[in-house]
Amino acid sequence: MSSKTTLFDKVWDSHVVRKIDKGPDVLFIDRHLVHEVTSPVAFLGLKNRKSKVLYPERTFATADHNTPTINQHLPVKDPLSANQLKALEENAREHGIPYWGLGHEKNGIVHVIGPENGITLPGATIVCGDSHTSTHGAFGAIAFGIGTSEVEMVLSTQCIMQPKAKKMRITIDGALNKAVTPKDVALYIISRLTTSGATGYFVEYAGEVFRNMSMEGRMTVCNLSIEMGARGGMIAPDEKTFAYIKNREYTPKGSAWDAAMEYWKTLKSDEGALFDKEVVFNGSDIEPMITYGTNPGMGIGISLGIPRAESLEGGVSTYKKSLEYMDFHEGDAMLGKKIDFVFLGSCTNGRIEDFRAFAEIVKGRKKADHVTAWLVPGSHRVEEAIREEGILEILEEAGFELREPGCSACLAMNDDKIPTGKYAVSTSNRNFEGRQGPGARTLLASPLVAAAAAVTGKVTDPRVLMELETV
Amino acid sequence: MAYDKFNILTSTAVPLPIENVDTDQIIPARFLKATERKGFGDNLFRDWRYKPDNTPKEHFVLNNPIYSGKILVGGKNFGSGSSREHAAWAIYDYGFRCVVSSFFADIFRNNCLNIGVLPVQVSAEFLQKIFEAIEADPKAILKVDLPVQTITIVASGQQESFDINNYKKDNMLNGYDDIDYLLSMKNEIENFAKQMPL
Repeated sequence: MSSKTTLFDKVWDSHVVRKIDKGPDVLFIDRHLVHEVTSPVAFLGLKNRKSKVLYPERTFATADHNTPTINQHLPVKDPLSANQLKALEENAREHGIPYWGLGHEKNGIVHVIGPENGITLPGATIVCGDSHTSTHGAFGAIAFGIGTSEVEMVLSTQCIMQPKAKKMRITIDGALNKAVTPKDVALYIISRLTTSGATGYFVEYAGEVFRNMSMEGRMTVCNLSIEMGARGGMIAPDEKTFAYIKNREYTPKGSAWDAAMEYWKTLKSDEGALFDKEVVFNGSDIEPMITYGTNPGMGIGISLGIPRAESLEGGVSTYKKSLEYMDFHEGDAMLGKKIDFVFLGSCTNGRIEDFRAFAEIVKGRKKADHVTAWLVPGSHRVEEAIREEGILEILEEAGFELREPGCSACLAMNDDKIPTGKYAVSTSNRNFEGRQGPGARTLLASPLVAAAAAVTGKVTDPRVLMELETV
Repeated sequence: MAYDKFNILTSTAVPLPIENVDTDQIIPARFLKATERKGFGDNLFRDWRYKPDNTPKEHFVLNNPIYSGKILVGGKNFGSGSSREHAAWAIYDYGFRCVVSSFFADIFRNNCLNIGVLPVQVSAEFLQKIFEAIEADPKAILKVDLPVQTITIVASGQQESFDINNYKKDNMLNGYDDIDYLLSMKNEIENFAKQMPL
């Protein structure tokens, strides 16, 4: 066996409690994030086995999926949602788990608050009953989504049974063009690899483009790893990572910090380490992206037309069904298509840098009259920063309102549902049929593209509004 | 036992020749508001099965009485999207014990294995043969043999092998889940935890 190992190997191997012959590894989990939707049945299972949470100090709970994004101070109207929130509150109290419910200053989307509070650390194994747990991989952690039975497993034994995934490295060098954001990089990758292109793999993102990204940008990219079927995605920690996490509430301090840094500095793939698959892209090939179909892989550069079925691999009838749902046609230009809703938020793009980007475009402009815009910060911290930086004023001046934190229209479990047949430019992560509401038509995009659409009322190249020449 | 043991399943099958069936179709998000695992079978493929007024969509395969059985046959990349285990519950609670496809999304496959639904991955060619067999005869019988890991189109005898991790196979044969296994090694886990910084 080679002594050269990848970042993924180093973190994985150091967490294996037991290897099962011809079976999965028993993997120790450093951090378990919990939210109200995938936990109730897990806690019920615990109760039925007369078990308790093994390490409450490694477990953190928030309310985000099912929650309203306005009037959070009032009792939740939807009885089922209220039930789930109540269940989590009670379960957390019973087992001594910190719970940051609606209104709590630390409340927010689970994959936003983890890093904000220093819960997410390099070299950690992190799980949550949500597929976008891959977000935390931005810190050099192995982070992935799990189902409810596995939530119960982790609660009761702090371990999970997982076969070790294959390893893929995606390297992108070169500089990004103006107005090309981490969201665009991720959508570009998925459009090239498809929604099943990384199934069975854990991805490491390497190269100049990722090194140059801020931590929030890296989070956006890792977040979307699941959309190409990857088990998770990770980026090696560096000075940016350490600067971000230093002195946050749950980050190790003093001598514990020094000891951790010794370990964290070793977290990179060795020169010459072997990956099962290597993919290389060129940063300068990427332009602002937008999706036109019903899976995140159906995305194109914003200046391009919708591909014709013959040019694609795979099911023509499924492709046509997708376009029919969207009421789009092969060859259509995306630019100029009228849209109805804009959603800025989600664990993908609900952080302060995303709001800064949105504000940059809408400053001095007005929201298009016919557009309904939902601007949902990823957490109260993000909300606070929006106010402190004067972004709220810019948004309000332009005719936008800020809502309260939550997953909101990303999956529309609450009232933030896109009506049937309406087009929404959304900074979230999935454009599946009916995802944002029955019959809703989602166009995934970056905060810049969303902002441009919000002020013009149609799909618009943000570069035009940024006084840059379109290529 | 966490679920009914799976040994050899001989059954007719329901064909769903659609690719990239994602978990939002299998179980829309609004049904994740449950605090118990109940009623999920009723909401399997809800928005493909029922119109907004809750009347059935006649052309959807689950509403077509000529198709029935404990096996669901889906197009490639079945189960992509969310980690919601509720998707697997909906499939199990509806009455399917086995899903056949040429490609499964990882988390979904895992969730199925954890709760007693057997994901059987076959080649694209064999999948096509299965769809053709069912189209020729809606009552075509498939035999899924877990111990020898084969799936057979009974009428023609065409057969293919499928893979399954040995550990999961043992679990499925016995109706066990992972939690029992892990609880049995709790001491080892607690010792391991001591060396892992908080």
